[in-house]
Amino acid sequence: MNRWLLWLPLVLFGLFFAAVAVGLMTPKDNIIESKMVGKPMPEFSLPAAIEQRPALSSSDLVDGKPKLLNIFASWCLPCIAEAPQLLELQKAGVEIHAIASRDTPEDIANFLNRWGNPYSRIGSDTTSSVQLELGSSGVPETFVIDGNGIIVHQHIGDIRPEHVPELLEILRDSQ
Amino acid sequence: MIAEAGLIALWLAAGLALLQFALGVIGVRFGREDYFTAIRPVAVAQGVLVSLSFLLLIWLFLRSDMSVALVVKNSASVKPLLYKFAGTWGNHEGSMLLWVTVMGVAGAIIAIFERSLKRNTLVTTLAAQAFISLGFYAFLLVSSNPFERMFPVPADGQGLNPLLQDPGLAFHPPTLYFGYVGLSVAFSFAVGALITKDVGPAFARAMRPWVLGAWIFLTLGITAGSYWAYYELGWGGWWFWDPVENASLMPWLAATALLHSVTVLATRDGLRAWTVMLAVVAFSMSMIGTFLVRSGILTSVHAFAVDPERGSFILALLAIYIGGAMALYALRVGTVREGARFEPVSREGALVANNLLLSAILGIVFVGTLYPLVVEAFTDEKLSVGPPYFNLATGPLTLILIIIMAAGPLLRWRRDNAKALLSRISFPIVITAGALFLLVLLTTGMSALSLLGMALAAGVAVASFAPLWKRNLRRTPLHTYGMVIAHFGIAVALVGMASESSFTEEKLVAAQPGDEIALNKWKLKFEAIEPVAGPNWTALESRITAQYDGGKTVEISPQNRMFAAAQTQTSEAALLTRWNGQLYVVLGEGDAQGRWQIRVWWKPFVTLIWYGGILVSLGGLLALIGRLRRHYLQQKQKIYAELAV
Repeated sequence: MNRWLLWLPLVLFGLFFAAVAVGLMTPKDNIIESKMVGKPMPEFSLPAAIEQRPALSSSDLVDGKPKLLNIFASWCLPCIAEAPQLLELQKAGVEIHAIASRDTPEDIANFLNRWGNPYSRIGSDTTSSVQLELGSSGVPETFVIDGNGIIVHQHIGDIRPEHVPELLEILRDSQ
Repeated sequence: MIAEAGLIALWLAAGLALLQFALGVIGVRFGREDYFTAIRPVAVAQGVLVSLSFLLLIWLFLRSDMSVALVVKNSASVKPLLYKFAGTWGNHEGSMLLWVTVMGVAGAIIAIFERSLKRNTLVTTLAAQAFISLGFYAFLLVSSNPFERMFPVPADGQGLNPLLQDPGLAFHPPTLYFGYVGLSVAFSFAVGALITKDVGPAFARAMRPWVLGAWIFLTLGITAGSYWAYYELGWGGWWFWDPVENASLMPWLAATALLHSVTVLATRDGLRAWTVMLAVVAFSMSMIGTFLVRSGILTSVHAFAVDPERGSFILALLAIYIGGAMALYALRVGTVREGARFEPVSREGALVANNLLLSAILGIVFVGTLYPLVVEAFTDEKLSVGPPYFNLATGPLTLILIIIMAAGPLLRWRRDNAKALLSRISFPIVITAGALFLLVLLTTGMSALSLLGMALAAGVAVASFAPLWKRNLRRTPLHTYGMVIAHFGIAVALVGMASESSFTEEKLVAAQPGDEIALNKWKLKFEAIEPVAGPNWTALESRITAQYDGGKTVEISPQNRMFAAAQTQTSEAALLTRWNGQLYVVLGEGDAQGRWQIRVWWKPFVTLIWYGGILVSLGGLLALIGRLRRHYLQQKQKIYAELAV
């Protein structure tokens, strides 16, 4: 047998070691970015989630003005955490639409009564089908849509106070 | 005081391991015979002390001593006694202590019972074993002390991972660990034999019981793990090619190859270098598997508590042991002379083919498991390698392997001729062809792989008994029976797999109490849904009656279970087993209209998969008993012969 061949197992193990060591050192991120960023909004039409707000369809997002599309659920704790920031954005004049993910009308109404309602329209996505089409993998997530219905930005996770200026800037830029 | 006593015992055991290593190294290096005599009692004392430490940890768990941090994190006083017991190793620290305990006990057993190896090799083996243990002792004492106290003492613990609160799973990890540790012994033997240049039949015979034992435990562990995933995850599948499953499959594949090559070495003194390599690879796969599971570097459905720091520690141990052994191999194996030669058509030839195929399958699983990791390390892409890759790549190889498995035992050692073999397996070939014909005629929609698998299984089931043909059954050695049963078990499992993948029927309905569901010959009636409570959980339980083909009505009750301590929900599938298959019912979410998602599967002959696995381990057990008994009798004869002289 070729003598050099005997070193092959060690070399293979070395490769394994290198790959794993790199993998261990890079911090783990489980954030899955949507492939939809930069693309037009998929067509959809969702029924109203509560009586007090109208239904939401993709055509509502193409009126020349940039806006936010927030995906939330009453059963989601970070959604409560981001509620004040959404209200703040609304006060700053931003129009916010929402998709309620896997939720019931009563629960949504209770949630909004308790934590405030920054939304103009709320669509009810009981099967998460629209959420999946958007390439969103969880709640809460917020998309910035420009006036022509193009998705320009995806914010994964809750909106913290420090994110508010960033989002305002992105909205301004996509005017 | 119990916790402190346990910790002291652990420190003492670690000290003895260091002494055992030093005695071995110095003894072999300077040829000091007096050091050799000391190493046996040291190994035994180390085994006793580390066992004591582990027993004390079990005691702490049974007493629910909430001043110990590990008990608080993994137990609760209301937990059933069985899970308090199992909670001892259902966590990182406890399982590492279990690992090192089994290693210590294995070292003690070698020290007491191993008499046929050359002394040099035995001492080197014990030193290698101590060296491996030292790494785990360091790991425990430096970064994962299981006996750490907690202050202030909380009123109650946080409970055990609910998915682990299952009688099957309580004993699943120890089973795998016994397997891994058995392979560590084989690894130590290989390192010992490499250092003392003593690779030969005596070494193979000393190593074989450990490989066999490890292989039995791994087979049982994988079988149990597969069944657990089948009924506990509620997805209806029995193998998901999940990284954690692959982590237990890879050592098994290597151990299976090793088991067969060690036989060639023991009987015919062939495949020397290859057997040593496999012994190193088999234990490497156990360590790599443990690393992948514990470090959380791969994303898996089996959510264990993971910690990158511990991952780095295990990785460092990996580098030392595996890297060291492989470097030693490259340097030393040139001094291992080539073993006995053989013709391609021979028992050895078939076993070499078996080894190459098993190694190829191992390579495929290894690459598939690590590929996402490598891609993520060097690009930013995230991807996963799913069942289609594994099934497509391993399926055909497995079928070829099974054909060889049927033919191999019918070949003679050293040299045989192909024609004679053909006539010996003509009957199984006819059976296979007949089965294939009938299946094509009578069934629809079977995939090519399942079709071939099912037909082959029929032929192999017959062929596996062929080694007993025309033999005096009373004088046939036990290990031959073991082989027959293990090979037959593979055929049985294969039937189950092919049947499950071809004939499973599935239905998903939204039903209200009172609704009926029909599937195949089953009639199910959704009677009611009601809350129930267990010792540490509450659940929504559905009551469903099931009737097969107008027969007796049986009540089943799948649940959605909520565990109080961990706020985790699990779905408890209800299984109804008949001789010809299993009905599998899962209760899903309810909706606002009072309807419940109910998923029903009818899986013909699915249970054969696990019965096959049990048969395979049983075959291994028979072989082990047979080998040990023969070994014992031979030693006794030798002693008598010496006395007579």
